[in-house]
Amino acid sequence: MEYIVFIITAIVAIIGAAAMLMSRNAVHSALFMLLNFSSIAVLYLLLRAPFLFAVQLIVYAGAIIVLFLFVVMLLGAERAEDEADKLAWQRPVALVMGLVLLAEAVYVFFLRTGAAMATGVAGDEAFGAPLKIGEALFTTYLLPFEITSVILLAALIGVVVLHQPALKNKLVLPGERGTGNGD
Amino acid sequence: MVPTSYYVLLSAVLFSLGVIGVLTRRNALIVFMSVEMMLNSANLALVAFAQRWQSANGQILVFFVITVAAAEVAVGLALLVTIFYSKNTTDIDEINSLKG
Repeated sequence: MEYIVFIITAIVAIIGAAAMLMSRNAVHSALFMLLNFSSIAVLYLLLRAPFLFAVQLIVYAGAIIVLFLFVVMLLGAERAEDEADKLAWQRPVALVMGLVLLAEAVYVFFLRTGAAMATGVAGDEAFGAPLKIGEALFTTYLLPFEITSVILLAALIGVVVLHQPALKNKLVLPGERGTGNGD
Repeated sequence: MVPTSYYVLLSAVLFSLGVIGVLTRRNALIVFMSVEMMLNSANLALVAFAQRWQSANGQILVFFVITVAAAEVAVGLALLVTIFYSKNTTDIDEINSLKG
């Protein structure tokens, strides 16, 4: 039963990823990425990680995809690369290099590791319970947890500064009227 | 139980697709989405290993990775919007000067 769920979800994830790369419209790409993220959330559930399942759906499938869709539609950048590619010869080279990377990863993971990864572990389901995660976050990992909030604050301030029209006006040379926009 | 190696194989395939996306696409937004997909595939491998060794540490690392990814998306998209306002494009071939 678990095999069936895994195989279906894995196929959906790979199809979502491939369709994201191939679709010409950036809005479609964002929606295919949503498909990919949701199937990875299902895999988290299969791996006994209910807390990460919820975080994945809320943060990735909720917040990040909405942010991407907003920016794509705000910029009107759905079809940004219709014009001819200047470096067309790079595309097949990039494809070959990606496939070489995949072959390398498969070689290292499956031919150079022992039997430890070849079998699944049933184990108890309590190791990844939200209660355990919360306890570890607020005892062993308390310092990284607090540093995370500083990182989020720094990102917040960075975004506000980037979109601060008053700061841009100061950069305009005296004598010319600043419009708040560089050109 | 599904063997851990299957999850790692899926993770490697998704990571390679992300790399191919970063290398082949020219739209900066899609390059950014591919980077997010690579982060996600690494997260999947971490959760699979956490399940293999029955330890919550891998899951906590994934939690931190997701937090940093959210901050990175916010800053990255703000940069893209700012670049778009001055250059009027999101094509990474056109963004080729340091001075906006």
